[in-house]
Amino acid sequence: MFRFSKPSLGGAIALALATLTANSALADGKYAGIGRSATRAEIHAWDIDVRPDFKGLRPGSGSVDQGQEVWEAKCASCHGSFGESNEVHTPLIGGTTKDDIKTGHVLSLVKGDAPQRSAIMKVATVSTLFDYINRAMPLTAPKSLSNDEVYALVAYLLNLAEIVPGDFVLTDKNIAEAQARMPNRNGMNTDHGMWPGATAAKGGIGNGGKPDVKNTACMSNCKTEVKVASLLPVYAETAHGNLAEQNRPVGPVRGKDTSGKAATPVAPAPLSENATASKLASDSGCMACHGVASKIVGPGYNEVAAKYKGQADAETKLVAKVKAGGQGAWGAIPMPPQGQLKDADIRSLVKWIMSGAKAQ
Amino acid sequence: MADQPTQRGRVRPAPENFLTETEITAVKEGRRDFLRNAFITASAALTGSGIARAADGDPNILTLPPWTTSLGQPVAARPYGLPSQYEKGLQRRESPGLTRMPQVSVAFTPLQGLFGIITPSGLHFERHHQGWADIDPSKHRLMVHGTDNGFVKQPKVYTVDDILRLPPVSRMHFIECGANTGMEWGNVAVPTVQYSHGMLSCSEFTGVPLRLILEDCGIDWKKAKYVLAEGADGSSMTRTIPIEMVQSDEVLVAYGQNGEMLRPENGYPLRLVVPGVQGVSWVKWLRRIEVGDKPWATKDEAIHYIDLMPDGQHRQYTSVQECKSVITTPSGGQILLDKGFYNISGLAWSGRGKIKRVDVSTDGGINWRPARVEGPVNAKCLTRFNIDWVWDGKPAILQSRALDDTGYVQPGYGQLRAVRGTKSIYHNNAIQSWKVTESGEVSNVQVL
Ligand code: HEC
Ligand code: HEC
Repeated sequence: MFRFSKPSLGGAIALALATLTANSALADGKYAGIGRSATRAEIHAWDIDVRPDFKGLRPGSGSVDQGQEVWEAKCASCHGSFGESNEVHTPLIGGTTKDDIKTGHVLSLVKGDAPQRSAIMKVATVSTLFDYINRAMPLTAPKSLSNDEVYALVAYLLNLAEIVPGDFVLTDKNIAEAQARMPNRNGMNTDHGMWPGATAAKGGIGNGGKPDVKNTACMSNCKTEVKVASLLPVYAETAHGNLAEQNRPVGPVRGKDTSGKAATPVAPAPLSENATASKLASDSGCMACHGVASKIVGPGYNEVAAKYKGQADAETKLVAKVKAGGQGAWGAIPMPPQGQLKDADIRSLVKWIMSGAKAQ
Repeated sequence: MADQPTQRGRVRPAPENFLTETEITAVKEGRRDFLRNAFITASAALTGSGIARAADGDPNILTLPPWTTSLGQPVAARPYGLPSQYEKGLQRRESPGLTRMPQVSVAFTPLQGLFGIITPSGLHFERHHQGWADIDPSKHRLMVHGTDNGFVKQPKVYTVDDILRLPPVSRMHFIECGANTGMEWGNVAVPTVQYSHGMLSCSEFTGVPLRLILEDCGIDWKKAKYVLAEGADGSSMTRTIPIEMVQSDEVLVAYGQNGEMLRPENGYPLRLVVPGVQGVSWVKWLRRIEVGDKPWATKDEAIHYIDLMPDGQHRQYTSVQECKSVITTPSGGQILLDKGFYNISGLAWSGRGKIKRVDVSTDGGINWRPARVEGPVNAKCLTRFNIDWVWDGKPAILQSRALDDTGYVQPGYGQLRAVRGTKSIYHNNAIQSWKVTESGEVSNVQVL
């Protein structure tokens, strides 16, 4: 923020014209001709931030009643009449007590029993509410509120949280009194190692990067037991769409099918005897190693049919061979036992092979 | 991809459904273990697929495909190139139910399918507080001024033309949302690395050190303690940045991302780059820098992005993203195709400096092996690690643990929760565990 002793519009415009036409006069630095001086009106237009010590707060006022009116018109649809709604966001108001206003620390945060953490439970600085409503709310028309409307809205919210009475008029003069009653004003701690600037001791924040959590790089026999504390809940696996479609279709892994569609098979048209056997051969993995008319790992089915043509005991022998697996009839590569299949299925597969392994 | 198997819960077929020369040799040599495997593979492969197989091998080889036997597409058919149609699974996605409004939401980067360390700009994660806009750069301005007279000699306004005239630098840095992995503080909540770690991206950013611009305005380095950065979007996002990071030349007013201008979703035409610091501070659509002497306690440093501790106090101005890593392949929601060799691959990063080492465990943290840390290893940048692993088909729990050059070791969930509880939302940098079952399915678990 930037305070002007007496902002005068005429003066600002004159200055603006002067700077816009006399850019090069400002080029005193290394980067001649780059940038120009900002006018007061420009800074006034954009410099709207308000600090916790209220630097930047523009004078004004607004009552709880006025606030309620604006709230109902512009805010309640999303945040609820009492700031309680979690329809679009966590609630603004709720979860603080008269006692919290005294202590300046919201007890339910200590107890951890609040179902939701409302904004008023967390925020320590009333300036934050003013600054944010002024710059960003209402969501669909940010920066449309007048300065006094923002005062009134903050007054209304403070009243909902019982920080100020119903007849309160919030002004730049008394806002510090409201600050002194903020329920979580003592709830912030900056003594941590996660501020990347100067330490508190040097006028900055925190302890200069001392980590609070420590691990050691143990390499072997680091523990005796692996304790799995949490597993993915079933609903969470399917709540994120079909994971098969969220992974690449090539590579070492595939995404898991979580569409649930595999469980609802489409009723198939009835298959012919040959087609049934052909499908069974595919489903049973036979076709990975056998072609109908060609050798892959094992012999082509045409070769098998030709070799055993006319042999009466061929069918029984082959059923036994497929079931038990084995090598030697065609070469050194063994066929793994196909014992996962029912005898009847193996028999129909062998019959199908011997009859020429037709698809239809 | 009609050849792709779709049924679940079984070890997958290899991409090709037949035995190769070497595999046949392996069979001849009597490696029965292989054979059993081949069988499982083959039977899974053929379920329902019914691909016709040619006599002497793979039809994909024996029958020349159309792209080998015809004229292809002309140049510039797509003047701005797009990924292959087969890559459409890798997209930014929202986590259903996480937020109520798509303008006030987050879309996660599909880390499960990315290689190396650079995030393609179109897959960079998105987090907006009040929607995004495609700003006309000729109408965009950057204003620099002080909280009071005296912080800068000359408040100035720069056009985008001006910023692009200044001497630039290009640097690779990661950006991670402070709430990345935030859904997992208390328990496992999401299935894949996209949702657990996908508020993480890494780019080469090009821009002007903010220090140079502040010096151009005649900053008084003795008075200045903090700067406020503000965006031009509806939320006019504001965050407090320490002056020390500006002075060290790290903080950039960036316009370039991976060789082109920033994407609108990532702040076109100007954004702040604050290496090592959570994404919310990398103010997008940057319109204003104010130099001051006290932090501002803006909404996203006083209501959100504050870390609730077990004693009921919130930590405020927690900004650094501490050392963290995650295995991206294999990871949650994926299925290993078969037993045998895998390259375990992942990402490591630290907001305090460079990655020094990454250790990987496949037994849930009992034993660890150092991974290969691939170059380049840059400060405050994603670092890729890889390690060989032969999966024996038995259950396994995969973990990675990163160490940075400050000596910090990425903690486990037990250690993190002992200090910070489970309600902090932000800055969860715990060791991630992926459980592999006998069927090859990988899922998200937490190990203490
Ligand atoms: C269209 C819905 C909508 C309307 C109308 C709306 N808000 Fe909001 N408000 C939101 C959303 C969404 C957020 C959270 C923004 C974010 O996450 O950055 C929010 C955040 C806030 C916050 C900060 C609290 C927090 O937890 O982030 C305050 C205070 C607030 N609104 C006040 C108001 C006031 C006052 C009005 C009326 C002038 C208003 N809102 C109108 C949707 C709305
Ligand atoms: C892993 C590869 C593989 C699979 C899977 C496989 N086979 Fe075989 N099969 C072979 C090999 C190798 C031979 C040759 C064995 C030999 O030389 O004795 C063979 C031989 C055969 C023979 C001729 C046996 C003989 O003694 O002449 C028949 C019939 C046969 N397979 C049917 C099947 C059927 C039906 C299935 C599916 C249930 C099947 N195979 C699955 C590899 C396989």
